[in-house]
Amino acid sequence: MASTINNYEMVIGLEVHVELKTATKIFCSCPTTFGAEPNTQCCPVCMGMPGTLPVLNEQVVNYAVIAGLATNCQIAHFSKEDRKNYFYPDLPKAYQISQYDLPLCQNGYIDIEAGNDTKKHIGITRIHIEEDAGKLVHSDGKGTFIDCNRCGVPLIEIVSEPDIRSAEEAGAYLRKLRAIILYTGISDCKMNEGSMRCDVNLSVRKKGEKAFGTRTEMKNLNSFQFITKAIEYEFQRQVEAVESGEAIVQETRRFDQNTGKTYSMRRKEDANDYRYFPDPDLAPIRISAEMLQGLKARIPVLPDQRKREYVERFGLTSYASEQITSQKEIADYFEAVVRKTDYPALAASLIQTEVMRLLPQDAVDIPISTDNFARLAQLAGEDRINSSTCKKVLNMLWEKDQDPVELVQKEGLGQINDKEALREYAVQVVTEQPKLVSDFKKGKTAVLQAMVGQVMKKTSGKGNPVIIQELLTELIQ
Amino acid sequence: MSEKITGLTVSQLSRLLQKKSLSSAEVVDSYLEQIEACDPEIQAYITITAETARKQAARVDRLRAEGLELPPLAGIPAGIKDNICTRGINTTCASKMLENFVPPYDASVMEKLEANHVVVMGKLNMDEFAMGSTTENSHFKKTRNPRNPACVPGGSSGGSAAAVAADEAAFALGSDTGGSIRQPASFCGVVGMKPTYGTVSRYGLIAFASSLDQIGPLTKDVRDSALVLGAITGQDHRDSTSVPHPVNDFTSEIEKGVEGFRIALPKEYFSEGISPDIKNAVLNAAMQYEKLGAQVDEVSLPSLRYALPAYYVISSAEASSNLARFDGVKYGYRAEGYEDIDELYRMTRSEGFGKEVKRRIMLGSFVLSAGYYDAYYKKALQVRTLIVNDLNAVFDKYDFILSPVSPTTAYKLGEKTGNPLEMYLGDIFTVPINIAGVPSLSIPCGESTEGLPIGMQLVGKAFDEATLYRAAYAFEQSMKECTASEKGGRS
Repeated sequence: MASTINNYEMVIGLEVHVELKTATKIFCSCPTTFGAEPNTQCCPVCMGMPGTLPVLNEQVVNYAVIAGLATNCQIAHFSKEDRKNYFYPDLPKAYQISQYDLPLCQNGYIDIEAGNDTKKHIGITRIHIEEDAGKLVHSDGKGTFIDCNRCGVPLIEIVSEPDIRSAEEAGAYLRKLRAIILYTGISDCKMNEGSMRCDVNLSVRKKGEKAFGTRTEMKNLNSFQFITKAIEYEFQRQVEAVESGEAIVQETRRFDQNTGKTYSMRRKEDANDYRYFPDPDLAPIRISAEMLQGLKARIPVLPDQRKREYVERFGLTSYASEQITSQKEIADYFEAVVRKTDYPALAASLIQTEVMRLLPQDAVDIPISTDNFARLAQLAGEDRINSSTCKKVLNMLWEKDQDPVELVQKEGLGQINDKEALREYAVQVVTEQPKLVSDFKKGKTAVLQAMVGQVMKKTSGKGNPVIIQELLTELIQ
Repeated sequence: MSEKITGLTVSQLSRLLQKKSLSSAEVVDSYLEQIEACDPEIQAYITITAETARKQAARVDRLRAEGLELPPLAGIPAGIKDNICTRGINTTCASKMLENFVPPYDASVMEKLEANHVVVMGKLNMDEFAMGSTTENSHFKKTRNPRNPACVPGGSSGGSAAAVAADEAAFALGSDTGGSIRQPASFCGVVGMKPTYGTVSRYGLIAFASSLDQIGPLTKDVRDSALVLGAITGQDHRDSTSVPHPVNDFTSEIEKGVEGFRIALPKEYFSEGISPDIKNAVLNAAMQYEKLGAQVDEVSLPSLRYALPAYYVISSAEASSNLARFDGVKYGYRAEGYEDIDELYRMTRSEGFGKEVKRRIMLGSFVLSAGYYDAYYKKALQVRTLIVNDLNAVFDKYDFILSPVSPTTAYKLGEKTGNPLEMYLGDIFTVPINIAGVPSLSIPCGESTEGLPIGMQLVGKAFDEATLYRAAYAFEQSMKECTASEKGGRS
């Protein structure tokens, strides 16, 4: 199977729903605060009471245009809203106001970096505005309840071209998209609160083929981890199906978090005919050159611009820059640290590895002051502590923010750079490990690292590994 | 007083109230008596709000006694079509679906009426969800034509027209999607105005076809119509399709006459299918206008023949979506004995809607569905553009268009219920006006040989209601003089 699967490639397009951070809903003046008591943030308009009418919140248009500008889209001068008709209890009007054939933004792209040095251009087909539906709360024995708080919360849907070829690329695209949106401040993109949700369209084809296969859609995936798992499972499922001569059915599939598998939900032939038509209650949306100019001025420095700057000014790798710039707060943190240390690359590497590992998903608050972080980078950069001590100290600062210079002193964690002080430990190891010594002499140079490790252990991790290696080489030869 | 209070026009009543020769309480009591006497036969009202009406009247009298200067409509009793939301008062759309629906909000027009201290007498019968031409599609009752109770009052604002004709309300509000104010006004012999689309806020009007619906007044005479329209006009931030109207007093130029006016008589409106009585009455009116100093020319509006199909496509499409919210989940009727959500929808909508409403929902769903959209809905929108262009070309040269309202006068109850298509054909003269969004007024212009009222339709440029009122008023005055001289001649 492993070899067969290598003959195939996956073709992925993503539809991302992002909740806009407006104070009020898209067609009424109800607040949009997350987590309020059910049905406390709704009114006759968002509950679709008879006779009520929608009035478009201008901020929604502004935010969607900002999203379009930040993702290199063309902005429509003339746009309109359409009704998507279907019955569901969480949809009070039995139609969703969305945009069909004249979306606000079209033909954009973003650049991603999926691993080291694999840059890629991902096309954005369109961005349109729409209203969210309510939430159904199923209660055992008591039936189903409807919470209308979310009805009419403004969303943008960002549809990508089918340019994505792996789960890593999908992740990189989503992280980049999220970064861009976070920078613009139009959404907080919290996947766990549903303010960023993703549908995955996936098909497979033999490598080298031009035509697309039949695609399936996986809806409402709400974490990067699930997206990766769903893609990997679905890719394998489709390849197996094709290999065994089965046809892929165009359908919507549900990803089960517990089993890690996808299950058929709805076939295309059962799909709704949404009977889209222009909403006669709403006037067309016109975007003047003046308005567009004003919105362009509101686009901040975006991740890619910062990324280029980090590579050029601080000598970071492109990949490390991509990681650090993926969240505005983290990039801001990095820039504050950089102003206080002579070792920006080292600071970057600490943030990219240790800090990112310690931060919970979606969190951006680093509990270490930029002063103390800069001091830590300085200590490591000046070889006053070695890299493993550095990580240890960082973890200690994470628990309790304090001056790392004092901490290193107090705990005696300073690096031993004195060659003579280290010689004693090196001699001990050479004496104790004749087998390693003879292996080394036979040409197995890799054992040297093991010996360095032994010396480090004797110094409680404080020895300078470079000097230790030098010493060992001298002693053996 | 020689004349009955309920026989007076709004402007007559208003004068007497302002002079304090009459109290609003007296007026309201007279109207309640009239309703009690007439409505068992006419059946115009679905809900009568006698208690709140008396309270409102007392309040108006108190304010007046305190020396407050009140607007002309203060203390005047009005009836409201039952698709206009009234806070705390059942608003049923004459449907089983909304039999017990009590809106927690007022329509914008109701707020306007309240600001004018109008007294609300109750909610008026109509065709269910405003779909129909006879008011026979009401779930609750069949309204009779006060001019001949064997006949229908027209529709869908049949309750509104009948209430005004039977003196059960000094004026009424109706709604007009394809003729629903003008046709019943002509059947009952009253004045009905459908203003330019966007003039009166639709907020709180339970939508039939959003791009066509307008609220307007039904009144005893032209001046009353101008007065009421002035009170309910105005841009509303809650209705994105409402616009500021350049005119806020429609009465100021009403007496200026029609001398020098150019009137267009579209020949397509006088071809076969129209009753000879109606044709003669409207042509006589045209001659009357010539006598009053206007010039009348025959014109052609070739696109009108496509208006009816375009109207039924557009209005049904919008209705199918607008009425989807009545699903038994949140408010209104809910069927019993369903097993799952799909059955809840199916049973509720099957039981809650009447035949005509279901017919339009099916028609509308069909024309919007995949594969048919371009052939029907898109085509209908193109026809819409053609009609607008045709009318604009006429308005480049003419001040207004004169035509019949309906090809027939009021017919007997039950006469056309078996043949919806024939019923739809009755809208042929009124629907193009809604499609174009321009204003149009229906005014009595004579009687048929059976003694039933005949109405004529004046169609104007967008936002030029003032011209229509001026022309209608001139005609109304000349008719009064004719009647007076006839009477004088006979005696």
